[in-house]
Amino acid sequence: MKEIYAKFVSQKISKTRWRPVPSGSLQTAETFTTGSWDNEKNYVSLWSIGDFGHVDSDGGMDGDHQLLCESKHHGDVMDLQFLDQERIVAASSTGSVTVFLHHQNNQTLSVSHQWTTAHYHTGPGSPSYSSAPCTGVVCNNPEIVTVGEDGRINLFSADHKESVRTIDNADSSTLHAVTFLRTPEILTVNSIGQLKIWDFRQPGNEPSQILSLTGDRVPLHCVDRHPNQQHIVATGGQDGMLSIWDVRLGTMPVSLLKAHEAEMWEVHFHPSNPDHLFTCSEDGSLWHWDSSTDVPEKSSLFHQGGRNSPLLAHSISNQAAAHPSLLTSWLSADPAKDRMEITSLLPTKTLSVNSLDVLGSCLVCGTDAEAIYVTRQLFS
Amino acid sequence: MDVHSPILRKLFNESHGIFVGLQRLEEELSGRPRKAQLVRVSKNYRSVIRACMEEMHQAATAAKDPASSSQLSSQVSILSAVELIWNLCEILFIEVAPAGPLLLHLLDWVQLHMCEVDNLSADVLGNENPSKHDKFWNLVTVLVLQGRLDEARQMLSKEADANPGSAAMCRVLGDLMKTMPILSPGNTQTLTELELKWQHWHEECERYLQDGTFAPSPHLSLLCQILLGNEAVILEQKELLGTWYHLMVTQLLYSHPTVKPTELHIYAQSSLDLFLGGESSPEPLDNILMAAFEFDIHQVIKECSIALSNWWFVAHLTDLLDHCQLLQSHSLYFGSNMREFILLEYASGLFAHHSLWQLGVDYFDHCPESGRVSLELHIERVPLNTEQKALKVLRVCEQRGMTEQVRSICKILAMNAVRNNRLGSALSWSIRAKDAAFATLVSDRFLRDYCERGCFSDLDLIDNLGPAMMLSDRLTFLGKYREFHRLYGEKRFVAGASLLLSLMTSQIAPRSFWMTLLTDALPLLEQKQVIFSAEQTYELMRCLEDLTEGRPTCSEPDGLGPQADDVETTKVEMLRLALARNLARAIIKEGSLEGS
Repeated sequence: MKEIYAKFVSQKISKTRWRPVPSGSLQTAETFTTGSWDNEKNYVSLWSIGDFGHVDSDGGMDGDHQLLCESKHHGDVMDLQFLDQERIVAASSTGSVTVFLHHQNNQTLSVSHQWTTAHYHTGPGSPSYSSAPCTGVVCNNPEIVTVGEDGRINLFSADHKESVRTIDNADSSTLHAVTFLRTPEILTVNSIGQLKIWDFRQPGNEPSQILSLTGDRVPLHCVDRHPNQQHIVATGGQDGMLSIWDVRLGTMPVSLLKAHEAEMWEVHFHPSNPDHLFTCSEDGSLWHWDSSTDVPEKSSLFHQGGRNSPLLAHSISNQAAAHPSLLTSWLSADPAKDRMEITSLLPTKTLSVNSLDVLGSCLVCGTDAEAIYVTRQLFS
Repeated sequence: MDVHSPILRKLFNESHGIFVGLQRLEEELSGRPRKAQLVRVSKNYRSVIRACMEEMHQAATAAKDPASSSQLSSQVSILSAVELIWNLCEILFIEVAPAGPLLLHLLDWVQLHMCEVDNLSADVLGNENPSKHDKFWNLVTVLVLQGRLDEARQMLSKEADANPGSAAMCRVLGDLMKTMPILSPGNTQTLTELELKWQHWHEECERYLQDGTFAPSPHLSLLCQILLGNEAVILEQKELLGTWYHLMVTQLLYSHPTVKPTELHIYAQSSLDLFLGGESSPEPLDNILMAAFEFDIHQVIKECSIALSNWWFVAHLTDLLDHCQLLQSHSLYFGSNMREFILLEYASGLFAHHSLWQLGVDYFDHCPESGRVSLELHIERVPLNTEQKALKVLRVCEQRGMTEQVRSICKILAMNAVRNNRLGSALSWSIRAKDAAFATLVSDRFLRDYCERGCFSDLDLIDNLGPAMMLSDRLTFLGKYREFHRLYGEKRFVAGASLLLSLMTSQIAPRSFWMTLLTDALPLLEQKQVIFSAEQTYELMRCLEDLTEGRPTCSEPDGLGPQADDVETTKVEMLRLALARNLARAIIKEGSLEGS
């Protein structure tokens, strides 16, 4: 039985992210950051979950998460990423991108660097200056890539004042999210349902590839890349549809799964266990998609303890699976064959779940009901 | 209650969750299971209030400056009063405890709210010699007043140990306390049995007192008098009691333990009068509690609404009582019932908050008469500074079928997008709103850009319109026109030519654009091979005539002067020439035999 701890924190949470653990270490996730939105004063906060030393035999007695420190943030926090162990990058609705530094010795957060006019509709030079919200940020130390409602892509380097590269008018609609593919390439999703791949080595302002769904142009809100196979990408759309794409195989998605009843805000592959996928949505639910095939008997979609929702997961398999040896379970996902288990992780339906993050066996998510949920037993 | 306090926000959010859960309660359940569920909901609300109080209390003690500390303290006392009232309402209206258990519940109620006892107890017991502590007898008295006889007996045994002279008396008194008949929860004795036993016990206490057993010790004798329910003696303990309702409960415990709910108000009134003693007048809290004892629910709600500045408490309590089916449809003059009125007020207050408006939506949803209308009015006024917030608002509207609001919000967003030159966004908003008129506007903008610059901006959008093209004629035209350019670029001239012609003949091309289309046809007409058939050429000529015959009569000043006219006339002449030549070639080609 999964134990999930909820805490009401008096601010609507827009983003939650685990602090990455140093690679190769056996540490588990301990600290996470959250950003708030829709407040007169918004905050970026750091929280710590209790020591594991105090867990008694029932498992997790003092599961409450405690606030370590917080810092004021101008504008809504639209996206949040850890740049490294101490630095957090926050994207703001005022169009600025801020790097916060966490001082471990006195537990404070301070602003280390800020690009205030990263995103704008009309430039700072002109009299009718209007800023645009920055909607997505992704980091690969020291590079930071941001995208915004102005359709602009910026490449920053952590210590440089000016942007390294800017692609103006990369898109005529809003760019909602961005992720790295192979290192000089990024992939963006926009509000007319297109995925675009950009190569920073190329000059010019054109994407190197465009993929989209034929049919209704449903805006795409989130994207995540498979941790091991860099050509597989999952996207979530405004109609709650989860799509898995293989960017080498043409412009169609490999599978389409009807998931939530409203916008899917975030999709995440589990970083060390990529057969597991997590999605959260405006409809107030958080789902765990398990397509691992190593369990011998899975005759039904019901397993004890989890709350399953009877869903119609309809999939369209792309038959052009030309490399069977590299086929992961996602590419041949066909939930009708009972190989995929989908569990709803939150005990009751709440207001929108805006964000989630997974690390190891820990999951954290934040909602519009001003609550943060943490579980440390994802795979029990 | 300040809506903007961060600790209170937790109250609002948590109670929102409970509220929504309550509305979804099974309707089929009735009788005991339903009552048990409603009691559970009530206890949930109360635990949320208590948690909030706890946190606020901690914040008040930790606060650095006295102003905020005192403000927090006053909030704590308001919350404490709120919980007191709620608890009493739960006992009387929701739990509907009958005679017997009623008193037990009331005892619990009083004990819960007199927390000074615990402090006093800790104080005294912490001492090495508890019985020598100057507050010792106060503690014992208060314990007896609250009916906590086991603890009182423990205290007495300490006194007996310390003071052997009074050991015998303490033992007797202790035995009396032990044997006092009370109705324990699992007990199956009837009320009559209990009354009999209680009568016997009462007489036994009386006897001991008359015999003078406790005469040597004034303290013990006082305690015995209390056990006998001596009104005067109990009233003397005003200070230890603290409140009139404590007085009432103690009095009832020791004189009428089997009090019926309907008799409560008599005792309540007399206790209130005795306690105040004609010196002071009842406070609002007293009035509310009095109304509760009189089982006048409407009065309770009315008084609470007046006393408290925020609708939170009244809204949730009224809703819960309504679910217990306790409120008659107490119609207000504009027709909706009390619960709905209060919920509407509360939800409107939430909408005034920059962040809590999302909670307000659910409250409006559960107001059957005016909820939807109010929501429609309020949701349009939520300020939208980012697309993400707009999406959430739109989702709320779409889930409730508020198409008008969806349309108007999308229109605002699309206008903003056009102003910021984000034509793709503008188009995606008009698709969401299924707003054909706006889609036409966006397409016109594209076409205008094309005419000015000679090339299309945002090709990624136009090339990939998909089925959205069908939303508006202009959009379809735009898509098809771009397709024509693509065909031309791929040198598929025949296909391009027929597409171009169909654009004009099917009337989806705006008149103003026909000249451009015809000009686009020029290079096709001038090609070496014949592309347009004779039929098609006739069509083109007809279109040209349609276009030019309107010209001389339209006398709008172009603002371009005679030069524009010259350009126009030259174009028309060139077209006429090209068309004629093409016609000639086409006729010849079609007239001659195929094959060698």
